Amino acid sequence: MLPGVGSACLTVGLLTALYAAGASAYGAVTGRRVWVTSGRRAIYCLAALCVAAFAILESAFLRSDFSYALVAEGSSTDTPAFYKVTAVWATQDGSLLLWATLLSLFASAVLFLTRRTLRDIAPWATAVLACVAGFFLLLMVGWENPFDTLAVVPQEGAGLNPLLRHPAMMIHPPMLYTGYVGFSIPFAFAIGALVARRPGADWIRATRRFALIAWTFLGTGILLGALWSYSELGWGGYWAWDPVENASLMPWLVGTAFLHSMMVQEKRGMLKVWNVSLICATFTLALLGTFLVRSGILDSIHAFGASTIGVQMLVFIACVIALSAGLILARLPDLRSEARLDSLLSREAFFLLNNLVLVALCLVVLWGTFFPLISEALTGTEETVGPPWFNRIVTPLALVLVLLTGIGPVLAWRRVTPGRLVRILAVPGAVTLSVLVAMLAFTEAANSGTSLVMFAFVAFVLAVVAQEFVRGASARRVMTSESWPRALVRLAGRNRRRYGGYLVHAGIAVLILGVAASSAFIEQRDVRLSPGERIRIDDYEVTYRQATARLGGDGGGTGAPISLGAVLDVRRGDQAFTLHPSRNYYSTSDPSKGAISRFFEGEATSEVDVRWGLRRDLWLAVRPDLVSLEEPIARADRQFGESPGQVQAFVIRTLAELYRDDPPPAAFRAIVSPLVAWIWIGGAIAVLGALVAVWPSPEARLRRVRSLYAARVGRELTRA
Amino acid sequence: MNPARKRKLRLAVALGAAVSLAAVLVYTSFSASSEAAKPSELREGRSYDLTGKVVKDSIARRGDELRFEIRDRDGTASVPVVYTGVVPDPFREGREVIVSGELTRGTFVAERDSLVTKCPSKFTEDKSS
Repeated sequence: MLPGVGSACLTVGLLTALYAAGASAYGAVTGRRVWVTSGRRAIYCLAALCVAAFAILESAFLRSDFSYALVAEGSSTDTPAFYKVTAVWATQDGSLLLWATLLSLFASAVLFLTRRTLRDIAPWATAVLACVAGFFLLLMVGWENPFDTLAVVPQEGAGLNPLLRHPAMMIHPPMLYTGYVGFSIPFAFAIGALVARRPGADWIRATRRFALIAWTFLGTGILLGALWSYSELGWGGYWAWDPVENASLMPWLVGTAFLHSMMVQEKRGMLKVWNVSLICATFTLALLGTFLVRSGILDSIHAFGASTIGVQMLVFIACVIALSAGLILARLPDLRSEARLDSLLSREAFFLLNNLVLVALCLVVLWGTFFPLISEALTGTEETVGPPWFNRIVTPLALVLVLLTGIGPVLAWRRVTPGRLVRILAVPGAVTLSVLVAMLAFTEAANSGTSLVMFAFVAFVLAVVAQEFVRGASARRVMTSESWPRALVRLAGRNRRRYGGYLVHAGIAVLILGVAASSAFIEQRDVRLSPGERIRIDDYEVTYRQATARLGGDGGGTGAPISLGAVLDVRRGDQAFTLHPSRNYYSTSDPSKGAISRFFEGEATSEVDVRWGLRRDLWLAVRPDLVSLEEPIARADRQFGESPGQVQAFVIRTLAELYRDDPPPAAFRAIVSPLVAWIWIGGAIAVLGALVAVWPSPEARLRRVRSLYAARVGRELTRA
Repeated sequence: MNPARKRKLRLAVALGAAVSLAAVLVYTSFSASSEAAKPSELREGRSYDLTGKVVKDSIARRGDELRFEIRDRDGTASVPVVYTGVVPDPFREGREVIVSGELTRGTFVAERDSLVTKCPSKFTEDKSS
């Protein structure tokens, strides 16, 4: 019965979305407020329906109800509970439902907040949001219904893909989706502003917080994906310029550009065409990200298999591009700038420059990602560009960007005199120079010219941010004689957007420091070792002490039946510790495998062990060689193929112990990666900064309440 | 300089930067790329990114060396591959892989560590296979 209710929720949801779009548009055209209100309430209703459908699906996963096709494919009774919850969005249909649910919740929130303002824009924005939600519901109702049931209910499900059994991987998709979905809010209001011919800064003010939240979630999602890649995938890197990674990076880059340029429109009434184009591009790229992951159009390591909804996504993306471009062109006369650029030495000029660099970065990534398709169209042969190409092109642009990050915030709006600029930048410049000299004198940074320059620029950005905090706080102290920490906190609290932004800059600079250092100075060894043998890497001496074998329950709680690994003793100077990398083996249900061998020949995942450190990480992965077990496993297949489960479990235990007691040489990968921890620390600082910027300040809330109250008093006075 | 000329100059500089970026992109990407090929398209004497599916029961490991066959995604043409280096976790028979190297005397000799597997975060198994 419940699957029927779920399907019905989706169908009714689709109709509700269509009604919301129609009613709001009709209300906006005719000016009848009741229709607008009704359209807005339909969105709340849609949110309730989506949440109900999502709850039904979640409960099916938790109960392991294998009559749902989706549950049978993506979960199993022996999947740990945490991963049962998250397995919903590991499936394609489930992630579509998550998209629609998040979108309807975000839309309800923004429409509730703007219910008394933006009377011209909000109805059209409602219609746009309803159309987007309607499209995703249509995909589910028409092609990918998450509530499809199986005629024959299987006893056991296929289980969640072992590679995805990592906490970061389970939080990563909802983060990305929240980011993608979040950008649809400013997009919808931008379209609404264009249709209603209100291209001022109102739509930006109403949605800038949503844009910032979306940006934060998207960035966090990208970082968590990188962390997963580093600590689960067994190759030791965090970024590979894979199409799916690029797909999430592109909307983030353009979204970053939008966050900066919208301030120019707010403060100076400029760049209106640019802003609506940017937000349309961001939303299109977010859709493209979803499409790339789903369609299998590009050969990617992570892409889902060729899916049934690629064409529909493509048609929808084409519609979005055509409609938004057409609308912008039709409204060009309304989008004229209210002011001109006074000087190249001004904040708006530098924001524009940073925008150009960010968009250029996005174009580079776009070109490289789609190069197989481009080259096939141009030359007839499908060619690919690898990470070296991306690194070569992106690095110089990133250098410029970091430099602009330092200079931009200290410039005033309109114009700065060169003399004043020199005064502001004197201290950070001196800091940068001394850092440069210190690095040349005391470190090996000079071996890589690019990273040397990057380190200097990062120092510059950090110095600028520190100087801004100190200047602001000391100004406060002159007025209020507060203590330093109190002055700093108060300063940031009073001007959250500005100082939150500075924190984000500092965080990104630290993150880039980690990227530059770890990619330029990484050291990697691939070796085969027998117990007792040792290698040297960097200053570490790594000794393979013994093999390990564990059955049922590896340390990470992933529910792997067999886990073979190694114990390694590490010495570095007078510091000594042990690392325990291992490899989890999951059974396969492939009927052509023997009863015992199927436990060894299913999926296997590396459980790497990392010694995290602020200065450097030591990263170890092991790949046991099962060659000595092949013969005993084949024999066990013949002898115990028909035996009861307990006997088979005993046989498997014996086999694992056989490996532990007499292991053949195992393959190890050891990596020493300097400063890589600062990528995650920098990311955390940036997220903290974004939270500071987005958190509503008490003063602003007070102002808003007062103005609403004044408006009501005014209304009632005129009525009286 | 009067404001109108100044604006034109700025526009010219911006356009120039855009055009040169585009030129760099086109030039470097075509010179740095390597051709992707299916087993049926391989010719001797140049390097390729070979893509295709690992043939069932073709995987054999001898010490550091891994031998297997790759066939066209939808076809039967196949080529034997010799590979050394790190094997990604999801490597299995029947899976799609990408490996770079060169065809020498009927065998595709792969570059060290160049094997990439399409990771099964396509989550649901391919229903057709």
